[in-house]
Amino acid sequence: MSQEKASGRTLREPVQLASGGRLPWRLEYDSSRIRTPWWTPIVSVALALLLCAIFIYANGMSPVTVYSKMFRGAFGTSYGITETLVKAIPLLLCGLGIAVAYRISVWNIGAEGQLTVGAIAATAVTIYFPNLSGFWSILLMLIFGIAAGALWGLFTAIPKTHFGVNELITSLMLNYVALLALDYVTFGPWKDPKGFNMPGSPVFTDAQSLPVLGGTRLHIGLILALVAVVIYYLMIRFTRWGYELRIIGANPTAARYAGIHIKRHIIIVMLISGGLAGLAGMTEVSGVSHKLMQGLSPGYGYTAIIVAWLAKLNPLGLVVTSVMFGGLIVGGFSVQTIGLPSSISEMLQGAILFFLIAGDMVTRFRIRRGA
Amino acid sequence: MQEYSVEMRGIVKRFGSVTASDQVDFSANAGEIHALLGENGAGKSTVMSMLSGVYRADEGEILIHGKPAKIRSPKDAAMLGVGMVFQNFRLVQTLTAAENIVLGEKSSFWRGRNWIKSKHKEIEELAERFGLKFPVDRPIWQLSVGEQQRVEIVKTLYRGADIIILDEPTSVLTPGEVEGLFSTLRRMKQEGKTVIMTTHKMKEVMASSDRISVMRKGKMIATLVTKDTDERELARLMVGREVVIERQEREATEGEELLAVKNLSVDADHGRKALDGLSLTVCKGEIVGVAGVAGNGQKELAEVLTGLRTWRTGEIVFDGAPVKTASVRGAIDSGISHVPENRMKSGLAGKLGSVDNLLFKSYRSEEHSKFGFLKAAKNRSWSEELVRKFDVKTPELDTPVQHLSGGNQQKLLFAREVTHQPKLMVAVHPTQGLDVGATAGVHELLMELRASGSGVLLISEDLDELLQLSDRILVIYNGAIIGEETHETADRESIGLMMAGIRSREESLV
Repeated sequence: MSQEKASGRTLREPVQLASGGRLPWRLEYDSSRIRTPWWTPIVSVALALLLCAIFIYANGMSPVTVYSKMFRGAFGTSYGITETLVKAIPLLLCGLGIAVAYRISVWNIGAEGQLTVGAIAATAVTIYFPNLSGFWSILLMLIFGIAAGALWGLFTAIPKTHFGVNELITSLMLNYVALLALDYVTFGPWKDPKGFNMPGSPVFTDAQSLPVLGGTRLHIGLILALVAVVIYYLMIRFTRWGYELRIIGANPTAARYAGIHIKRHIIIVMLISGGLAGLAGMTEVSGVSHKLMQGLSPGYGYTAIIVAWLAKLNPLGLVVTSVMFGGLIVGGFSVQTIGLPSSISEMLQGAILFFLIAGDMVTRFRIRRGA
Repeated sequence: MQEYSVEMRGIVKRFGSVTASDQVDFSANAGEIHALLGENGAGKSTVMSMLSGVYRADEGEILIHGKPAKIRSPKDAAMLGVGMVFQNFRLVQTLTAAENIVLGEKSSFWRGRNWIKSKHKEIEELAERFGLKFPVDRPIWQLSVGEQQRVEIVKTLYRGADIIILDEPTSVLTPGEVEGLFSTLRRMKQEGKTVIMTTHKMKEVMASSDRISVMRKGKMIATLVTKDTDERELARLMVGREVVIERQEREATEGEELLAVKNLSVDADHGRKALDGLSLTVCKGEIVGVAGVAGNGQKELAEVLTGLRTWRTGEIVFDGAPVKTASVRGAIDSGISHVPENRMKSGLAGKLGSVDNLLFKSYRSEEHSKFGFLKAAKNRSWSEELVRKFDVKTPELDTPVQHLSGGNQQKLLFAREVTHQPKLMVAVHPTQGLDVGATAGVHELLMELRASGSGVLLISEDLDELLQLSDRILVIYNGAIIGEETHETADRESIGLMMAGIRSREESLV
């Protein structure tokens, strides 16, 4: 114990700010704080809004006008709300997958690629089995999409468990492999013969499209996503598997001492993570674009990382943050009409992530009086 | 009167309730190699850390070259010419050796090719002067551990240190490298530097030092001139002589054999042999103590028995059945409990509450889960009961266990490991860092286990503890058991000698 205390002590030794003049206060690192306070996400978002307000102001606009326009665009009309929810579906599914992996510190940043291969595999069903009935074609597309995403996740998991390859690198690089595969099929073998030589698969038939809810663009992927959230919650909270993830997440060494096979869990978690992103890919092609094309995902897989982090991997939080980020994307489009680029929403996303990560670090420091 | 280059007077340092350094006086001369000898946890590193500015002393004063010195940070220490080579090196892995050495230097702003070339030359000359060889232009991660240590030493020399502290410098070196290190130390001494080395290896102390200071349990016991002493005396000073007859009274046991290990050989993490033909037995209702200086295979022995590590050759028979493969779950299911060396590192999950931590070993059983679902309410009341029974003081059941005191953490750990009535308990340093009351509690639990017919393998560096509790004490040295004493015959001196690798009384007298 003396050693533990000793090391804790070194961490808490005051951090010298400047070597020159002594300041009337000092920063101390508080190693006992491991959990970030609950309010950091809220403060992070507020700070991000403030920071971006400066840039909006510099563009000669009133930040208040822009933000309220964005908000109304995303949540003010029934069209806006459905569009926001449509965008929230892939964010929620990918975010959920990311959250599962992050629980045991498997840093999957390959949701974008897993989503893409999911979409490709679902489209393969429409190409090779064009005449199935609605039920069978949707079911097969679901299975293919999930399986392809899971396989893509496996490509990250196996090198990690068997050869110690960092998953950040493999999952990120596999994103490009997936995007190039998408290019290949849309320019090459699956190109729509009636598509005026534009890249993209033939448009899906009604049997190959997900049913929509009440004549809007909102498809039943929303229900799939919400069901997935509920299952995630139940699994994490009440099952042996969720308990094992909790231990691995809290202390992998202790988990090993308790006889938990960490490698097996990494593989399982990456299968689930990839499978959920693959499902998102399937719902995108079948529910939104109705054909496989480039630019299928405007970076949902990456935005979902922020979504999961902002929600602190919490299931209910995921629902809230994915809707919020869906709104951010839609709101970004709506400010184009007043002469601002829609990339304002990307700027906001970046700023939120920045403050969020900074918040994790900064909240561990304490300011104390006296040098 | 002679002026010491380093003098420490009445140094006190407390960490919470533990006094790591208790009124320690220490002094060293220029031009000598001074060894600071003591067991792990004796306070050697703490004292040296205060000299090098890592810690600040609670009481006492430090004089450098006869002048009172205020050492508040490693920087202050460096200004006074004190440099420390730490046990785990402070090097940037991706920078070259030379870049590491000049790191933090403020002299020149423009660092062109010629500048680094001249630095390479300067460093190579300095290294050569002290007989240290390493490639200056290769990144640290490509160097061997021995080479990295040489970089660390040159770093302190480069910064102009004339008081050089080495913390357990030989623990990472091969025997050949140790020889090289000693000749370097001798050259430093010839140049009039003060060399201080902490260690727990008596042979090396005898081979290299001029004077020896022995510490035990935070106190300075004696300072001796090396050529006037011998290993026997050092062993006795190191482990202490006070007659502890507080041995727990017990009925002799004649239990049947529970665990038999024959000729076990195990590779360590870096391919060295950690265990080399080790054999031992543990009977039911018996506490078998394993004494030894850290790093002689204790860790690996515990890991093999609890299924965490595979072995190369040898046999393990537990409870009448041979153990074929290493499996943690297999070990848990067959009734082997484990109190690991570092409870917060490998025994508990600090961020989680008591319930989750108590379930570690038993959540798979019918009693605690069904169809893959945990029985939440039942587990909670079960945990409440355990916390009450073992008197774990926690504000709430869900309070992260890292907020509990060390003693309460250990009680929680024992509650988990004892509650399912293990056949064998493998306890490694179970009282490390605990205060007197908590230590007594742990001892009581171990004696209760013994009384209920469980076997206990107690691996500890605390000789008092081993003498108090063990029915038999085995001494481990270089991965094998080199001696055995029973509860009645055991004494500190003979065990201390065996810990130093001296097999028997006869051998040491020759």
